[in-house]
Amino acid sequence: MNVKTLALSAAMVGLMAPAAYAQSCGPEGQSVRILANDFPAIQAVVGAAEEACASSASEFVRNHTNESRNIMNAALTPDPAEYTGVVVANATLTQLMNDGLLRPLNDLVAEYGENIPSNLQISIGGDVMAIAFMANSQHLYVRTDVLEEAGVSDIPTTYGELIAAAEAIREAGIMEHPIVINAQVGWNLAELFNTVYMAHGGQFFEPGSAVPSINSEAGVATLETMAALAEFANPDYLSQASNETQATWEAGQAALGLMWGSRGNALLDDEGSTADITGSTVLAAAPVVEGVGIPGATLWWDGFTIAANVPDEEAEASFAALATALNPEMVMANNDDAVWLLEGFEPGPAAAGVAATAQAGARPYPMVPQMGLLHTALGNELSDFMQGTESAEQALADVEAAYTTAATEQGFLE
Amino acid sequence: MKHKTFFWFILPTLSAMVLFIAFPIVSVVIQSLHVEHEQVLITVQNCGPFGCEDTVTVDQEATEALREAAPLGQFNGLGTYTNRAHLAFAELGEAWNTTETWGEFWTRVMSLPFYAALAFTLTFTFVVTPFVLVLGLAIAVGVNNLPKIYKGPTIFLSLLPMMVPPVVGSLIILWMVDAEGIIGATIQNIFNDPSLSVRASAPLMWIMLIVYGIWSSIPFSFIVFYAGLQTVPEDTMEAAQIDGATKWERMRYVVVPHLMPLVVFITLIQLMDNFRVFEPIVSFQAGAFAQSLSTIIFNDLRASGNPLYGSAGATSILTILGVVILLSPVLVQTYRDFTRKSTH
Repeated sequence: MNVKTLALSAAMVGLMAPAAYAQSCGPEGQSVRILANDFPAIQAVVGAAEEACASSASEFVRNHTNESRNIMNAALTPDPAEYTGVVVANATLTQLMNDGLLRPLNDLVAEYGENIPSNLQISIGGDVMAIAFMANSQHLYVRTDVLEEAGVSDIPTTYGELIAAAEAIREAGIMEHPIVINAQVGWNLAELFNTVYMAHGGQFFEPGSAVPSINSEAGVATLETMAALAEFANPDYLSQASNETQATWEAGQAALGLMWGSRGNALLDDEGSTADITGSTVLAAAPVVEGVGIPGATLWWDGFTIAANVPDEEAEASFAALATALNPEMVMANNDDAVWLLEGFEPGPAAAGVAATAQAGARPYPMVPQMGLLHTALGNELSDFMQGTESAEQALADVEAAYTTAATEQGFLE
Repeated sequence: MKHKTFFWFILPTLSAMVLFIAFPIVSVVIQSLHVEHEQVLITVQNCGPFGCEDTVTVDQEATEALREAAPLGQFNGLGTYTNRAHLAFAELGEAWNTTETWGEFWTRVMSLPFYAALAFTLTFTFVVTPFVLVLGLAIAVGVNNLPKIYKGPTIFLSLLPMMVPPVVGSLIILWMVDAEGIIGATIQNIFNDPSLSVRASAPLMWIMLIVYGIWSSIPFSFIVFYAGLQTVPEDTMEAAQIDGATKWERMRYVVVPHLMPLVVFITLIQLMDNFRVFEPIVSFQAGAFAQSLSTIIFNDLRASGNPLYGSAGATSILTILGVVILLSPVLVQTYRDFTRKSTH
């Protein structure tokens, strides 16, 4: 070992020393059962928890499934609950909290959370309800070589520039459909609306209530922007979500994409595409609306929660195990799998888009209990407008009517 | 059979039916008459990695108290049945009063989820069912007249659509009609229109779903008719032949009347099945262009995380009523035939 590497490793140790990551797994011999979504970053966290604490637990169960959102409420309702901990995101946290299925983590944070900075503690009304560890958001993907060929010198920063760039590409005869958007009817179409609506400075509800307020000037402007984007998207866009848009991009059939940050690594790696495409793909901040300045994105975090209906010792052991996993070694080993909010993260090219979007002042996905219902209504009702069979005002009125019906049934509105 | 013997014979089946069919339906009816408790909302400060803001949240204690006081929720009577997500009486009335032409009125009605779904469901049912009957019979007659050596392989091939799981079958077709797929690209070439896409056009998508529906159901009617054809009495056929009946006349006056009970049977099954059309809409990702009663139930239960049980319950009951209405002419006819025969 020469002097240089010695110094380097000493520096690394020095960097980590103050944290002194406590490997406490909480009470011995408890059952730890974790339900989580199924993608590499989440597997890394729960996997690190298992590695560190499975030996001191009586059992360590992990269920990674794309269906977790659909089963989590049912799984946490019985007492004792099926799982002791659930990995959630902004939207699913409120879904569980609506039914009162999560326990406040204040005392657990006090005991096991010395490494968890306060900004990662999701606190609602003074109670810590979840611990965030990674971020995600939509942003702009750009093929710089195609832009250059079409004579566009700058990466678009506004929707106006984005559409102008698409126009230039089409006119240059390079691509007929240069834009890709995740606009599959249902959840994705609604989320596209949410992001563009954010950029227009829109407000989803009347403050302090569950009364919708999307049938507004900002709402109409949002739909007009969406229609303008769709004009340059593949005609099948209403049935395309991340898997399809990623494939389109990797096949070199798109030059401007509004896609998720979590696809960044997949789009930039050397699988599924050519070096020409990956080499000229740049991840940039989500576009803004001129004069408003808020990026068209919703910031998301993923984090863990602990079930209410489990014995205190199991809750303690589960929290301790998951808290232990949030250490720099885990982050370094899985650096490119996510935009980590944790110490040790070195933002690479795959994280550039999310970082730029967050820095430009994007807003988080609204964390209010009735948001899921509005999201569903948007997803179901906007397709008529996108197909051109309905006016923007009528589409928004339909969304509000559909939301009001559902929200009344769920008791949010009288 | 003595009444008492019959009673003991039927008892196990009857109890299973009550337990697994009648009780769940009763519970769905009760559910559909209730809505959830009022959610007591309070404004609190919400802090996270992206800063703090004031948002509303559900006051758990207050809501829990309401829940305990009435576990079933708030009684809503038929409110759920008449709201916008279902029969939408108020919206229908408003559309009637505010629109000038039939076309405008129709557009308004079709933007109501229940009626849009009903329109597709009924179209699907009434187009697919006759095609399945006629084509199934035609294939059965064709196969029946084949030389023996070809019969086995032909029957196997004809049954393929039924052997492929619905989701797989429709996914394969979806890939074929994709703008990049073999059928999709061919259509674009023929019409020389790069924006023409089955997945982006409501009429083409409806046709696609209906063609898929016919394709996937034909094997069922084919195999039933083929079995029936083996029982056509040969002496009647020969007698007809001697009387100078043409092939077509023999088909019309001997074979079809003989197969009539099977026609009724297939019609019943097909009406029921097609009215509950579900898988092709999901796997064709056709949600933008076509919804059925089953897919809106599915959406109510899954889409928003916290399921809308009351709404799903009401749609389920309306679906059951729809099936009953659809089947009633056939059932009445069968009952009449039955009573006529038993008086002889």
